[in-house]
Amino acid sequence: MRLVVDLNRCQGYAQCAFLAPDVFTMHGEESLVYSPWADDEQREKVARAVAACPVQAITADGLDGPGEPAAAAGQGAPDAR
Amino acid sequence: MPAEQFHEWLRREGRIVVVGASLAGLRAAETLRAEGFRGSLTMIGDEPYQPYDRPPLSKAVLLGKAAPDRTDLPRRRDIDAVWRLGTAATGLDLAAQRVRLADGDEVPYDRLLIATGVRARPWPKEEEAQLDGVFVLRTRDDAVRLHRRLKAGPRRVFVIGAGFTGSEIASACRDQDIPVTVAERADAPLVGALGGVVGAVAAELHHDHGVDLRTGVMVTGLEGSPVGRVRAAHLSDGSVVETDLVVVCLGATRNTEWLTGSGLGAGPRGIACDAGCRAFDFRGIVTDDVYVAGDVARSPHPLFSYQFLSLEHWGNAVAQAEVAAHNMISASSDRIPHMWVPAFWSSQFGVNIKSVGVPSMGEQIMITQGSLTERRFVGVYGYQGRVIAAVSFDNTRWLEFYERQIETGAPFPVEYPTMDRRPEGRKAMPADFPDPSLPTHGPTVTLSGYSPADRRLVFTPSRH
Repeated sequence: MRLVVDLNRCQGYAQCAFLAPDVFTMHGEESLVYSPWADDEQREKVARAVAACPVQAITADGLDGPGEPAAAAGQGAPDAR
Repeated sequence: MPAEQFHEWLRREGRIVVVGASLAGLRAAETLRAEGFRGSLTMIGDEPYQPYDRPPLSKAVLLGKAAPDRTDLPRRRDIDAVWRLGTAATGLDLAAQRVRLADGDEVPYDRLLIATGVRARPWPKEEEAQLDGVFVLRTRDDAVRLHRRLKAGPRRVFVIGAGFTGSEIASACRDQDIPVTVAERADAPLVGALGGVVGAVAAELHHDHGVDLRTGVMVTGLEGSPVGRVRAAHLSDGSVVETDLVVVCLGATRNTEWLTGSGLGAGPRGIACDAGCRAFDFRGIVTDDVYVAGDVARSPHPLFSYQFLSLEHWGNAVAQAEVAAHNMISASSDRIPHMWVPAFWSSQFGVNIKSVGVPSMGEQIMITQGSLTERRFVGVYGYQGRVIAAVSFDNTRWLEFYERQIETGAPFPVEYPTMDRRPEGRKAMPADFPDPSLPTHGPTVTLSGYSPADRRLVFTPSRH
């Protein structure tokens, strides 16, 4: 599973670090450090993190199953930045 | 063919070529498909890898939280492209609409997107740059090599240049208790991007975390052992630092050499384009079939007096790619301008540093929230009586507010009361940027062209 966090959007709410601590961790007060690649057994947790992010900063593919590009949070907004 | 019919044909069976298979190239390709482009799509990249993300290479990877060869970018959708990876583009024939490749092949296009980005500026003394143990950090291969050496436990790491990359590397080394020396030509880290007031805070961060920070010095030479391994760095103040690992962080060079002689307005500062991402030719005439996006583009921005900006920002690569892709397949009346407000982040020594706007244009700075001594603050930059940028140290949630202030040209000095403003923050002070004609580690924003408001030009030769 590949993932990327738009750190311009990220505001350090740490929901992802709470829901998928093996993938996302906080480094200091509000810096997010994450692994851009997650094992399949993390899928459910990553999916929860994607859904829970208050600013929809996480994009991940393969959330529906191996090899399938999945819809991701935060895309499609006309003013997405 | 009338314009309307042409665009219909283009969307149905046109040929689009994207040169540069990184973040901007990938997001452009996805946007093209999302907007209904059904023709052929060719992705050309000089690296042998599918598009991957670079910011983690100097952060998560060096901290051991991510594998250097596993930062592939997730896909928003299937792009059904022909991939020509590991093959650099070597030339462009504008008249014949063809891209030449290193393997001798030529790829014809109806629309071309150039997103070739930048590369790390190497150590200028070639023989010393070849020494074993001397690195740059830009690509995945660089990260794999550097990561391996850091894991082997070097006695000391020597970083040349205290810009964002250099500071992040120093931070990652200290996190793992590796001794590190940082040499910077300016008087503080991050000065080129954020100025001396904020740079002084960055210097404290280095000191507090045990970095041996040397400012106001230049590296005069790297010394190798008889078997060709680096063993020491010589500084302009006469000091010598013994080291077995050197990371050169001197900023980036734009990948435009392959366009030499093509007739495009391309040079060391990037490829000039209009607000709709259409490239200019060298006569200043806009092309209709060549588009530019990402780090390699230079485009005029209305919020910044229409100066040409080239931005090495992750978010800009995404936003500009989306605009370019939309405009490539749209009739002129449907085209949209690229007016993204510059923004970037860095994470070092456990502090989240973020900025919006163009700090390096600022003349003055006010600390409108928090305080410098706590290293938790918002600094607002002013230019000619208005807010032009803001930077936050561990205060990111306020940045959106300041982004609106920049967009609406709010007055500076800031008069409205803010949360958590201290007495020291009531006065504006000089932002203390160094003379831009003196290169330091290379800022991530390059102001080029001139401001029409100035109405005069002073020619300063570039030492690029």
